[in-house]
Amino acid sequence: MAAVEVEKLTKRFNGFTAVDSLTFRVEEGEIFGLLGPNGAGKSTLIRMLTTLLPPTEGTALVNGYDVFRQQNEVRNCIGVIPQAMTSDLDLSAEENLNIFAKLYGVPRNRRAQVIRELLQAVELEKWANHPVKHLSGGMRRRLEIARGLVHEPKIFFLDEPTTGLDPTSRIAVWEMLVRIKKQRELTILLTTHYMDEADRLCDRIAIVDHGKLVAIDSPMKLKASIPAASFLEVSFSAIPTGWLETLKSLPEVASVTVHDHIFRIASHNGPRTTIELVEAARRAGIEVSSLSVQSTTLDDVFMHYTGRQLRDELQEKTYETSLMPPR
Amino acid sequence: MAIIQRDLLKFFRSPALMMASLIFPLVQLVVLGYAFGGKIKNLKVGVVNQDGGLETVRLREMFGAIAANARTFTTVGYVDPRKALEDLREGRINAVLEIPPDFSRNVLEQHEPQIALIEDNTDNFVTSALEGVFTGLVAAYNQPRVEPRVPGGVSLRVVELYPYVPYIQYLLAGSVVLSIFVSAMIGGGIIFIDDKARGLHEGYLVTPITKFELIMGFTLSGASKAILAGLVLSTLGALLAGIPNPLALARVARLIVVIVVSSMALISMMFLMMVRISDPLVPRAIFGVLNTLLFFPSGAVYPINAFPPWMKAITVIDPFTYAVHAFKSLFLKNTGFIAISGDLIFLTVFTVIMMTFATLLFRRTL
Repeated sequence: MAAVEVEKLTKRFNGFTAVDSLTFRVEEGEIFGLLGPNGAGKSTLIRMLTTLLPPTEGTALVNGYDVFRQQNEVRNCIGVIPQAMTSDLDLSAEENLNIFAKLYGVPRNRRAQVIRELLQAVELEKWANHPVKHLSGGMRRRLEIARGLVHEPKIFFLDEPTTGLDPTSRIAVWEMLVRIKKQRELTILLTTHYMDEADRLCDRIAIVDHGKLVAIDSPMKLKASIPAASFLEVSFSAIPTGWLETLKSLPEVASVTVHDHIFRIASHNGPRTTIELVEAARRAGIEVSSLSVQSTTLDDVFMHYTGRQLRDELQEKTYETSLMPPR
Repeated sequence: MAIIQRDLLKFFRSPALMMASLIFPLVQLVVLGYAFGGKIKNLKVGVVNQDGGLETVRLREMFGAIAANARTFTTVGYVDPRKALEDLREGRINAVLEIPPDFSRNVLEQHEPQIALIEDNTDNFVTSALEGVFTGLVAAYNQPRVEPRVPGGVSLRVVELYPYVPYIQYLLAGSVVLSIFVSAMIGGGIIFIDDKARGLHEGYLVTPITKFELIMGFTLSGASKAILAGLVLSTLGALLAGIPNPLALARVARLIVVIVVSSMALISMMFLMMVRISDPLVPRAIFGVLNTLLFFPSGAVYPINAFPPWMKAITVIDPFTYAVHAFKSLFLKNTGFIAISGDLIFLTVFTVIMMTFATLLFRRTL
């Protein structure tokens, strides 16, 4: 049985389709990532899978339970960490966990032990009695992860778990998630718009754009699925007439784009294209001003499947989604 | 200029804030304008006529004239003076006029005839109005139809049922209800919406607790704070205002019941109002309007009998009215449960209605 099974799941808001007929499966024990820019429909999808939003069409089974008809059964077997940090700032870490242990019906005689184990797992035992408002962003996120595990769920949903964290805290959260997943035999479904996070953390990734599923596979296979294996970014001392066509005709080159006098060359063989490129420049009497060679990233995968770069999408849509009014 | 522009842009884009800023002063003007200083009308005076002679007919005609014209009071006939006093203590009537058995004979014999006005003096506005009307009534009655051979007329003897009630004691009931309301507004309104806006409710909604448990959790958490506020203020307030014997066990027990029932009524009202709201500005914006609209027409600061009909209509559905009446009965008259049973029944039914609608409107999803 799949941990999550989604079939033509759709959500519309007043005529706007946020999630458009998505179909996919998440197998037991894997870390599955939903990758896409803000507004792609990732959070809406997670909210439907965690019973927070009713779907407009389609079906979704979580641990074999229908998210629309068997909501309580679904809630019993899932842990959810929403995008916003929602622990109570005035309460201590332990008090926050205790309240959620009660909400999830953890028996009184087990609560103290469960909370102690979770605080150890997220390395917050020293901070157990400190008010959450005194904890750093990374510590708060770790506390929220502990909170989501208080009832020992089978499937763990995390909506952008590292958004707003510094690089060190992000890595700490990744390592913790991998460790906890192994210890507790969890299935994890997370959303992210960080390519490195999806790349390092996820066994499989679904790329979502405008509510639609554009690609799904392991990070390695997704990267292998696009024509180019490497990308060269190069600039020259001068640009002779017909230079773009010259570059396109070089061996192993899949495509060439130019932006602000910088040529981005997709190549099936980075080293060979680099040698040919330098030789072509020498023949044309110009110099290579700068040159960098990169392996394929998930951003390249996103661009290949959607025609846009993920990082550009993120820059266009960086707004606060909180309901609290701006001060 | 930039700061002015920013604030004006925010103001004009927030309908709740605009409405509150513009409507609040108007509501306050109208409600406060009519809440104070109106002419007190429609009081109930029990008449115990133990005489039945010819002279009492003239008195009754004069009562009828007042009921038909000034409408300060209407009369309720009693045969048994004990029943009349019992109704007075329970707050069903405002005063008892006793006409003694030998009244007509004393009038004719000009032998110092007297009538007695026994008042519920817990409301000084009401007692002043009644004393004024009855003093005038007796003066009119004493106007000679023919020149008397021997001077002498009817005198009014005023009997106060309770010790003197200073205004601070009169206000105490309203202050206790207000403290409960403020706690309900903060706990059931502002904190509830702030938590919702910060996403805390999202955390609750993904847990397997039922809709009923969630609603009861929100309601009882708000009510517990309101109850605490009510308990503290009724104890300290009673000591401060000089309520006689404020810590009498029976009265404290009855006060606790009224505090709990009032808290549940006000918190359930707040919960119904906020159940579909997600903008944190809304509870803050309506706080003042709601306070004015519920507190001043409740009879907390001035008797309801002086209000115009539209304001009396508010008092009928205003839970403050019943809570204030119950607290006044306990603080000023130290009555039993019978005198406040109507208030308790109203507040309980009100709570059930509010909670039913709130439950129907509450969404278990985002």
